[in-house]
Amino acid sequence: MSSIGTGYDVSVSTYSPDGRVFQVEYAGKAVENSGTAIGIRVKDGVVLAVEKLIQSKLLVPGANRRIQNVDRHIGIATAGLLADGRHIVKRAREEAQSWRDIYKFPIDGPNIASRVGDYIAAYTLYSSVRPFGSSTIIATMDKTGPKLYMVEPSGLYWGYHGTAIGKGRQVAKTEIEKLNLEEMTCREAVKHAARIIYNVHDDAKDKEFELELSWVCEESKGLHQIVPKEIAEEAEQLAKAALNEDDDMDDD
Amino acid sequence: MDHFPTNWGNPRSEDVDNYNTYPVASHIAKVPHSVTQIAGYGHSNGHPTSHTQQPVVTGTSVLGLKFKGGVMMAADNLASYGSLARFRDVERLHQVTDFTVIGASGDISDFQYVKHLLDSQMIKEYNADDGHTLATHNIYEYLWRVMYNRRSKMNPLWNTFVLGGVHNGENFLGAIDLKGTPYQAPSIATGFGSHLAQPILRKEIESRGGEQNITEEQAIEILKKSMKVLFYRDARSMNKFQLAKITAEGVTISEPMSVETEWSFAEKIRGYGA
Repeated sequence: MSSIGTGYDVSVSTYSPDGRVFQVEYAGKAVENSGTAIGIRVKDGVVLAVEKLIQSKLLVPGANRRIQNVDRHIGIATAGLLADGRHIVKRAREEAQSWRDIYKFPIDGPNIASRVGDYIAAYTLYSSVRPFGSSTIIATMDKTGPKLYMVEPSGLYWGYHGTAIGKGRQVAKTEIEKLNLEEMTCREAVKHAARIIYNVHDDAKDKEFELELSWVCEESKGLHQIVPKEIAEEAEQLAKAALNEDDDMDDD
Repeated sequence: MDHFPTNWGNPRSEDVDNYNTYPVASHIAKVPHSVTQIAGYGHSNGHPTSHTQQPVVTGTSVLGLKFKGGVMMAADNLASYGSLARFRDVERLHQVTDFTVIGASGDISDFQYVKHLLDSQMIKEYNADDGHTLATHNIYEYLWRVMYNRRSKMNPLWNTFVLGGVHNGENFLGAIDLKGTPYQAPSIATGFGSHLAQPILRKEIESRGGEQNITEEQAIEILKKSMKVLFYRDARSMNKFQLAKITAEGVTISEPMSVETEWSFAEKIRGYGA
């Protein structure tokens, strides 16, 4: 890489001559190598799905959650360094609670995204700190409907109809683009999300993974929660079936 | 700009007045932070520390009664400003969890603050998402610590709270007052109710040989009767009240209701009627 050995990639407070901050780009690499996380916004809510790669068979099932609650109506999926993801979630929780303490009502989508984005951006400005090696997908429902945001290690954030981060992001994004999101319900979106995660998983490179599925929608009464067991299991069965179908077709 | 990330998001130290915001007391710098934290010492903004000396907008009695299979609670919808019936649509029974209800008498704004505290705790529990839920007696313990802490700062929350709930088939009914005194019983009545309604509630329980012999319908009738007595004799009460029922099925808080009253006797009271 052109950056290595030049001395322009050691501090986040030094630009390279062509105007880049390499430490931020390296942080992005940490995210690119992570298990995939996707977010899909549909007409009645938002669905999050994560391909949680299992680091060791000795881990307790369900350990190291990558989709977490931030408030009753907000969920965050992370990709990249697990510990950085947890730190961002902790901060997001504090921001959501501080908003409630001051204004006495829940924080809405644009505000939580901006609070998280600003916090992450601050860690790209000083030589004494390191940028977060974690991207986050924020799913929420507020008064004006479902919202989906993605925050990058640079602190850049945009609202999305659908987004994907981690290893399988390219394939996942292409798959999400094929969906008719405006007319889809969360029930359907859960199935697509599960299918996409199974689809992008590369079992040659990574053996085991756990599928994490969550939603915030009308059916969950505006609460962000793990998708109820029966619905998640059905989606996972369909995803596995779809995968086998693909394999059969490849064999022909 | 503060270049120490550990300080970000935390309040600035009250010992250092970075922005020269007079009247931040000039003596603050000379007095150790630990001293300024002592209750009764002047506040960092230069004003004297103020404590709650009396309630302002108040609610009157809250009643609670255990029955077979659950707990029933009652409170009227009035918030008084002194003797003035100021707000007539205040809900003093509040659902905390799927199986816990808090009822408040005393200062209404302190009650609103406590509701916010409890809600913050509930969000913490929701975020943890570990399959555990707080039982009524856990919330009771928490509330007890909050109340006792505030009285120890000589700045009490001016309420008597009643907490009712169900957990693992056990009914819970307890009260905590502004001094942090916890008290559990098969029947509870706060404020004026402790004089007027508690004897009725106790008699109803005793005559049936225990609260386990009271049915849901009977509990409703007993509470309605007690609310009627309170309306007759408590000048800070109102004939518009709500009932809360907590059973293993969950919580239901009723719409506001009233009871039939009879005032013809008032004619014969000298100085009251004609």
